[in-house]
Amino acid sequence: MNLRRRYLRDRVMVSLVFAGTIIVLLPLLFILGYVFVKGIGALDLNFFTKAPAPPGEGGGGMLPAIAGTFIIDIMALAMGGLLGLAGGVLMAEFPDHPLNNPLRMVANVLGGIPAILMGLFAFVIVVVPMGGFSAFSGSVALAILMIPIIMRSTEEVLKLLPWELREAGLALGLPRWRVTLSLILPAAKGGIITGLLLALARAAGEAAPLLFTAFGNQFLSLSPFKPMDSLPLKIYVYAISPYENWIRQAWGAALLLALLLMLTNFLARRATRR
Amino acid sequence: MLERMHGRLGDVLFTWFLVILGGAVLLIAALMAWELWSGGALAFHHFGFGGFIASSSWDAVKGQFGAWPFLLGTVITSALALTISFVPSLAAAIAIAEYTPPWLGEIIAYLVDLLAALPSVVYGLLGIFVLIPMLRNYIEQPFFTWAITKAPWLLTVLGPPTGIGMMSAVLVLSLMIIPYSSSLARDAIKLVPRSQREAMYALGATRWEVVRLVVLPYARGGIFAGVILALARAIGETMAVTMMIGNGHQLPFSVFGPAATMASVIANEFTEATGDLQMSSLLAIGFLLFLLSLLVNFIADYILRRMTAGEGRK
Repeated sequence: MNLRRRYLRDRVMVSLVFAGTIIVLLPLLFILGYVFVKGIGALDLNFFTKAPAPPGEGGGGMLPAIAGTFIIDIMALAMGGLLGLAGGVLMAEFPDHPLNNPLRMVANVLGGIPAILMGLFAFVIVVVPMGGFSAFSGSVALAILMIPIIMRSTEEVLKLLPWELREAGLALGLPRWRVTLSLILPAAKGGIITGLLLALARAAGEAAPLLFTAFGNQFLSLSPFKPMDSLPLKIYVYAISPYENWIRQAWGAALLLALLLMLTNFLARRATRR
Repeated sequence: MLERMHGRLGDVLFTWFLVILGGAVLLIAALMAWELWSGGALAFHHFGFGGFIASSSWDAVKGQFGAWPFLLGTVITSALALTISFVPSLAAAIAIAEYTPPWLGEIIAYLVDLLAALPSVVYGLLGIFVLIPMLRNYIEQPFFTWAITKAPWLLTVLGPPTGIGMMSAVLVLSLMIIPYSSSLARDAIKLVPRSQREAMYALGATRWEVVRLVVLPYARGGIFAGVILALARAIGETMAVTMMIGNGHQLPFSVFGPAATMASVIANEFTEATGDLQMSSLLAIGFLLFLLSLLVNFIADYILRRMTAGEGRK
């Protein structure tokens, strides 16, 4: 091949690489712009303070869904965080423990299965025995979604800490539990918070696990044992509805949810940087 | 009391605390597999395991349930989405890791990752109100009218040009899985040693030749693992697909026509299931979906592990 043809091919292929990159980025920029333009108009005071209006009627808001999102996600983070942190600490601080290999495998398995199956599982083990849809069952589904993410990030962060830190603590006569709780966890605080927030952001955008667990609720409900609404669920229900007003509010909810998730992701990145 | 906790007792309690919680995680995973299996047992028993998988009739009125249309729907949509997204996602990875200055690469990488941070329902919302009308008006209907006069044999393959169906779902799916394959490919490309590239440049290779002859072959394990992980995402993707695919119960053999995937049929019908047999059939589909994603993830894991183990032999 002569030199000119090689240069030509180089230029064509590099241009194609950039063209491909632009093909990836354009839809994203379009999505962000479109959701913003469509959604910003729906975000008024009523949106944040009122319960949904009956279909066809104007007005109404998203208060139940907004409150529900926070309640369901915080309960999920409490459960998923506890189990995930414990698993991560066990794998990193007790490297020879016989549970570690099965735990690592389970983290892989749980991390790879579709979120809707968490919903099915929570339906079978929480909704059926308790006799009805509930916010709590939704939190269980989301917590299972969070566990592998938190477990893996915790293990990775703890393993980055030098063994000398543990040895120094043990040499001072501290028992292992004090070393873990007072030395290791504080030293890894930033990374652990990053893991928790990333898991939260991942779970908070999911509607599939909530379809047959939290189920949704037109009215403001704060009880964890009653059906509860959440933003992703509401977007789904409103998007496939035929009512103009509901669809308008679906865009508002999409914008709000996207902003909340981006904020969580941003905070997650910041927590590690310090 | 504090004295005692500083002795052996504290450590024993702490370890047991961790072991119990860790055991709970193991239990959850085991219970999940078991509950999906036993929930679907009625359907598996009623139609036979093979019969349930191979049957393509899904009729709540007649009480006939089979997983075949949805299994095929999942496999076809995922495979198509993967094919469409492969080249752009690899291009983005190469651009980020090879052809852009670090500051620009970082911005592009952040934006690509942002695609994964957007919730699935938001993609569905955009799909319903932007992509579906666009496809219907500018692609499906013109093509359909053309086919009526010029190639009537195509009509059965095309299906109804409503915008709702396979084509829209596949397009959105391919956009959604780009960040998963792209970010792993990007990491793999960044792991290629500088010396390899420098040797090629010293030999007078062009930028493309360096990528084509050194970087891509060196990073192929990571690129492939990324593709498999993207496949796993595509298989499990629920909401966007449910909102766009039309939820048809027929075999997914038309380009524009409605279809369903395993995840979408569960999402769409589980709360409205009438009778134990339909409920059990949906749980059985859940169990099959569980097995399928397990298989795909193990393959990805195997490739990744072989890649890191064989690093020195290349």
